[in-house]
Amino acid sequence: MSFVPPLSDFSILSKPVNGRRLAYLDSAASAQKPKFVLDAMTEFATSEFANVHRGVHRLAAAATQRYEEARVAVQQFLNAKHSDEIIFTKGGTEALNLVSYAFLSPRISAGDEIVLTKMEHHSNIVPWHFMRERKRAVLKWVELREDGSINPSAVAAQITPKTKLLAITHMSNVLGTVNPLKEIIQIAHAKGVPVVVDGCQGAVHEKVDVQDLDADFYAFTGHKLYGPTGIGALYGKRAHLKTMRPFNGGGEMIAEVTEDKVTYAEPPHRFEAGTPPIIEAVGLAAAIKYLKGFDRAAIKAHELELYQYARKEIGRFKWVRVIGEAEDKGAILSFETTGMHAHDVATILDGEGVAVRAGHHCAQVLMERFGVASTTRASFGLYNTREDVDALIAGLEKARSILL
Amino acid sequence: MPLLRVWKRRGVFFSDMIDESLRELYQEVILDHSKHPRHFGPLDHATHNADGLNPLCGDRITVHLNLDAEGRIADIAFEGKGCAISQASASLMTDMLKGRSTAEAEKLMNGFLHLVKGEEGVTGLADDDLEILLVMAGVSAFPMRVKCATLAWHTMKSALEGSGAPAKSE
Ligand SMILES: Cc1ncc(COP(=O)(O)O)c(C=O)c1O
Repeated sequence: MSFVPPLSDFSILSKPVNGRRLAYLDSAASAQKPKFVLDAMTEFATSEFANVHRGVHRLAAAATQRYEEARVAVQQFLNAKHSDEIIFTKGGTEALNLVSYAFLSPRISAGDEIVLTKMEHHSNIVPWHFMRERKRAVLKWVELREDGSINPSAVAAQITPKTKLLAITHMSNVLGTVNPLKEIIQIAHAKGVPVVVDGCQGAVHEKVDVQDLDADFYAFTGHKLYGPTGIGALYGKRAHLKTMRPFNGGGEMIAEVTEDKVTYAEPPHRFEAGTPPIIEAVGLAAAIKYLKGFDRAAIKAHELELYQYARKEIGRFKWVRVIGEAEDKGAILSFETTGMHAHDVATILDGEGVAVRAGHHCAQVLMERFGVASTTRASFGLYNTREDVDALIAGLEKARSILL
Repeated sequence: MPLLRVWKRRGVFFSDMIDESLRELYQEVILDHSKHPRHFGPLDHATHNADGLNPLCGDRITVHLNLDAEGRIADIAFEGKGCAISQASASLMTDMLKGRSTAEAEKLMNGFLHLVKGEEGVTGLADDDLEILLVMAGVSAFPMRVKCATLAWHTMKSALEGSGAPAKSE
């Protein structure tokens, strides 16, 4: 019943850091890659690689097939209706920028509003600031409860007839909060507002069904999902994608180019200009396949058990203030340490082999909301163990002894 | 420069020395400066001011200078919040620069930058100055923290230059 972390799949975890056993508690920034993923990429690159959608030779055909199979793997992973609703991007950030440029920009004008929450990552904020700067759109922020959760009626309250988009994260990379997306999307749709979901964290820890959610767009990134860097994906409803202008211009995204005109390919290729990250797409498909080999609910239960253990242990420290205690949350533990700056804490933890993130976590609006400049964050992945938590707790005690 | 050699040897990153490196980084003087920063607060009649931002962590610092008619730093102060390294560095810097000429300030800054980046060729500093700066040299073993140490100095420089643009801890 209980989940056994597949430690031997991740050789990096058995390599000492600073002479200590590594406790990798930074998976929310980027997850380690299992051998299965790395082997799949090497195997592909050493036996079937060529550019895709160009050329008629055998390798070009094989590579194209593998690339398009990866698209289907993502489609199934998100339970999208059609594989042409999946656009490969270089990551979550690019996926969100694509929505801003290709979808929203032509549909928004001065005074129109974009609703977003105070827990968003900068990559789900800055593309909307672009609309504020370039189109004189207005950003409207959904306030958070003290525990770091969102009240759906607070979202409803920010939507007006001028609202052109709701941008919301599935799961916060700082608080761990998992948002009640389905309910919130229903509220937005009832008012005719499309919704873009930042799934960079959510896709890793939650089961995603974009049809059930009825999300208009869902963006995620490969490297947090035990896959390679340089690849992510955007799901978009076919009806939206068909009406959207291209993003980048170049090869692969055209139907025809002449001296005085250009016509564009159909989605998804319209949005995939240039040679895409082909080996990375194969790697992402392998990561999805790797995860399929586990009971994902059991992974989540395992991560949450570690989180709760860490939460209880850290609760002994009077000098620690935990931020993000929503009822529905994933395994992310962010905290402030009285009298000790997060960077100093993280440096000392590193000396103990404990890798955590310290800083504003690309979420400065959230930091401001909670009145902190930075936090220390421990985030859990499927390979973490109670030993990692013990190392974290011991490391914090050591930080205290050195710094105070 | 015997001091420098001692520090060089310590900077070598053996696993069993990590503790020593950390304790050198967070040595008494640094913790003392970070907990009780000198010249902390606003400065009346400041002639030069600049803001500095460490984009990595969001820490901000403001440096105020009062240059006299001969271009000496008659008074200096800083404000802001940050990690122990950035606070201690700012505090040590203000201690050091008060009463110096701008040319000296520049020389000290260059020496400091060399030291915290672990680079060779720190020359031309008085032994007393070097001794003070060496307190921060432990940072060179922690490349991710060098920006914390340099923020105050870059901000001081941009205050001197009066560019008005926020300094970055590059
Ligand atoms: C919630 C969230 N959104 C977006 C991103 C950006 O993803 P990427 O850096 O892969 O583009 C991240 C990770 O950095 C994240 O945690």
